[in-house]
Amino acid sequence: MNNIITFDKVSKSFGDLKVLDQLNLEVKDGEKLALIGPSGSGKTTILRILMTLETIDSGFVSVNNEYLWHEKINDKVVPATDKHLQKMRDQIGMVFQQFNLFPHLTAIENVKQPQILVKKKNESEAKEKAEDLFNMIGLSDKIDHYPHQLSGGQQQRVAIARALAMDPKIMLFDEVTSALDPELVDEVLAVLRKLAADSDTTMLTVTHEMNFAQDFADRVLFFDAGQIVESGSPKDLFSNPKEERTKSFLRKFI
Amino acid sequence: MKEVIAFYPILIDGTITTIILTVLSAILALAISFVVGLSRISKFKIVRVLAIIYLEFFRGSSALVQMFFIYFVLPMWGIYFDALTAGVIAIGCNLGAYGSEVVRGGVLAVGKEQHEASLALNYSPYKRYRHVIIPQAIPVMIPTFGNLLIELLKLTAVASLITISDLTFMAHIIRVQTALTLEPFLVILVIYFIIASVLVKIVDIIAKKFSRGRNIMIAGEN
Repeated sequence: MNNIITFDKVSKSFGDLKVLDQLNLEVKDGEKLALIGPSGSGKTTILRILMTLETIDSGFVSVNNEYLWHEKINDKVVPATDKHLQKMRDQIGMVFQQFNLFPHLTAIENVKQPQILVKKKNESEAKEKAEDLFNMIGLSDKIDHYPHQLSGGQQQRVAIARALAMDPKIMLFDEVTSALDPELVDEVLAVLRKLAADSDTTMLTVTHEMNFAQDFADRVLFFDAGQIVESGSPKDLFSNPKEERTKSFLRKFI
Repeated sequence: MKEVIAFYPILIDGTITTIILTVLSAILALAISFVVGLSRISKFKIVRVLAIIYLEFFRGSSALVQMFFIYFVLPMWGIYFDALTAGVIAIGCNLGAYGSEVVRGGVLAVGKEQHEASLALNYSPYKRYRHVIIPQAIPVMIPTFGNLLIELLKLTAVASLITISDLTFMAHIIRVQTALTLEPFLVILVIYFIIASVLVKIVDIIAKKFSRGRNIMIAGEN
């Protein structure tokens, strides 16, 4: 299978803080990846770079065999234009920690509007897709509610539906349960587990839920200080970590 | 008082003129508010600088002098406006400067996460502002716009000084004709107050309409 995402010696700093240091990473088409590690280790930054919310300082990121932050013009590699970024963004969807639904729109409008505005679908196509997705996330009875009338878990499920409605090749989940009350975490994870099992979309999730990472992922990456310390199948990495840093991190979750 | 009431036809004319002046100036001010306010957050520096120059110029000099300038000075350079147009331009440009700060503040009050969410859904900058940011900023802007609208109404009174026959102008006429001073001004004071109250009410209705879905709307919830 082809690599759908490649990071080639990518570095990124925020001021003096180096969050990614010459990072190399390859993700296969359709792979489900879980990124774990201590806070500030650069996991979220990887997702934000892929979503074009953060630039990179050096190196190359490729998505679907094309540079993300660069483009080739007359055989010269130059920084990407807005137009190129817009084209690349079309293949990627993201779900945020804080849901970030549009508060002035109802749940179904949140899912319909991007399809109509960006994917140029007509009202009935967008509605049909949205209704299917609400069925999938189990919120068909809440489609006309505004976000503030929904619980955090329900809002997050709507946010997942909104991202899926755009048919991305790659889905990014950035600590999607971290802002939720503990009793609401499971309903969101259940949707994600189902997604991971049923869909051949490439998925990257940053999470602190180790049990979930184990079910969800084909491969788990342990990050620390801007680098991949260890990677492997969930079974290997959780039950038989090799690196000392991985061991001490995982101990906190047992 | 009876003598003043006898002048009701010109009081009605004056009221209508004041309302027309208010409405036209408000429309111009609102358009300028959005153009200048959004220019303030443009990614092009030249656009931002021009917007700041506009703002500082119209906010930093007297509205009355601006009006005199448009009505009395511009004709010396061959640019003529009738009195009402000159009044609308001066009041609209002046309040538009204040309004641009309201638009800017309202737009900046919408969180960064809303920008990121719409970027992640691949909205173009225009669609992002048109469909996500501005609809959320408008409810924030409305109360301040309401205050500015009342300021604008009160500012229209100075338009009588460039021969616009608004309420204040009519009060002067009545005063000259009847030799009464208290009564004509008392009457227009009340009329201004009534117009202002109606405007406040209208702004309230608009505010309710725009706050749909944002806070109280619990009706219909299970």
